[in-house]
Amino acid sequence: MANYSTNEFRSGLKLMLDGDPCSILENEFVKPGKGQAFNRVKLRNLKTGRVLEKTFKSGESLEGADVMDMDMQYLYNDGDFWYFMEPESFEQHQATENAVGEALQWLSEQDICVVTLYNGSPLSVVPPNHVELEIVETDPGLRGDTAQGGSKPAKLVTGATVKVPLFLDQGDVVKVDTRTGEYQGRVKDA
Amino acid sequence: MLQGRAELLLTLRQFFFQRSVMEVDVPVMARSSVTDINIESISAKPYGGSGYLQTSPEYFMKRLLCQGAGDIFCLGKAFRDGEQGCRHNPEFSLLEWYRCGWDEHQLMDEIAELISLVFAARSSQPLAIAKCTYGNCFSQTLGIDPHGVDLAELQEKAVAASSESWAGESRANCLDLLFSLLVEPQLPLGLVFVYDYPACQSALAQRHNNTQGQQVSRRFEVFLNGMELANGYFELTDRAEQQQRFDEDIAQRVEAGKPQISADRHLLAALEYGMPSCAGVALGVDRLLMQLEGADSIAQVMPFSWDRC
Repeated sequence: MANYSTNEFRSGLKLMLDGDPCSILENEFVKPGKGQAFNRVKLRNLKTGRVLEKTFKSGESLEGADVMDMDMQYLYNDGDFWYFMEPESFEQHQATENAVGEALQWLSEQDICVVTLYNGSPLSVVPPNHVELEIVETDPGLRGDTAQGGSKPAKLVTGATVKVPLFLDQGDVVKVDTRTGEYQGRVKDA
Repeated sequence: MLQGRAELLLTLRQFFFQRSVMEVDVPVMARSSVTDINIESISAKPYGGSGYLQTSPEYFMKRLLCQGAGDIFCLGKAFRDGEQGCRHNPEFSLLEWYRCGWDEHQLMDEIAELISLVFAARSSQPLAIAKCTYGNCFSQTLGIDPHGVDLAELQEKAVAASSESWAGESRANCLDLLFSLLVEPQLPLGLVFVYDYPACQSALAQRHNNTQGQQVSRRFEVFLNGMELANGYFELTDRAEQQQRFDEDIAQRVEAGKPQISADRHLLAALEYGMPSCAGVALGVDRLLMQLEGADSIAQVMPFSWDRC
């Protein structure tokens, strides 16, 4: 991979740091009038998800990370691995449970996810921002109570538990924002 | 923003006109440039020869001082290579002025009057003003005396505050790093004057002994709401000392493999003739405007930042 100098640092750039692929979140150029320039950089370690801050001398360079984000379709899980397919080439990739991470609880077959590939294999998976999933377990619905607030936990078909309004029942399909885990609405014609 | 900039430029010029400080309009392009290890000039090639866009009007203004110009100011453009960010643009507006017969403390008082005046037009709140030695600011935050601490301990602190790549850095660079990362964020809001800089960061300031008998430089920096705004000196006027500082810079440039710049012989000749005792300061006009307008990026207060040129 190419090396990137501090003056090429941009948010989104993927770099190797201490052996792990990282993505730049923020890059700030700092230079006292008469002093040496440096860059204060906030990075996300793509393996652990942890955010770290580093200070580089301006002009220092780091190796780029062979990391790319790709839209892929989730196919199935065979108990050990989760399989994703590139929609154009039909090439399949197997992701470990570690790589799938929290996306696990939202994934339905055929969902289009963003899969981050590192040296060709899946490093992390981001589910669609919104998913529509069936409730498989919840307390019985309270009919008529559609206007008032109040919520109850509901278990969805993929395993996630979200808070839903009291009037919903087992078998109803709900729309959920996967970034916050919040209920967005009921899907009528399910 | 355009109007804010126009009003600020007018206020600055009126301030000096009322005080009989004469505006001088000096070249932005010259055959030589600064030797400072941390300031890179942008090359210009008039007639195919070598030249540079000036990083400040300092040398030309000092030549005028030697010719007896008296109190002078310059409000114009300066250029520095490789400087771009929220607070930097490779081309920027600089206000620089010199007061003959004054020392750095008299000049700091005048800066406080100027900035207070500029802010008074925008806000009814008076501007808080504080003054502190570099040594006190530094030791209050870090618990070490920047003038006395040994280099190894300083490097250790610098590495702890940043990364391994600071191991083996010079005293001046370690001090700058620690000051920028740890001390600056602790500075009070308003206008803060930090003076008596470490001797290794004298640039073109004279040196003297502080109250503890340590040698420090008669250099000061001005911070406005924690942002570096201006840098000033009780000016070095001695030709031999100036020559020596040029030589030290040039040697450091060779060692660091940086572009070679020769000493400005016109400035040396002028100093040989004689420069009046004076204090001088350079102030970033765009940064002042950022503070007035509440902007968080320098590009917001420029009609065209480098990204759009």
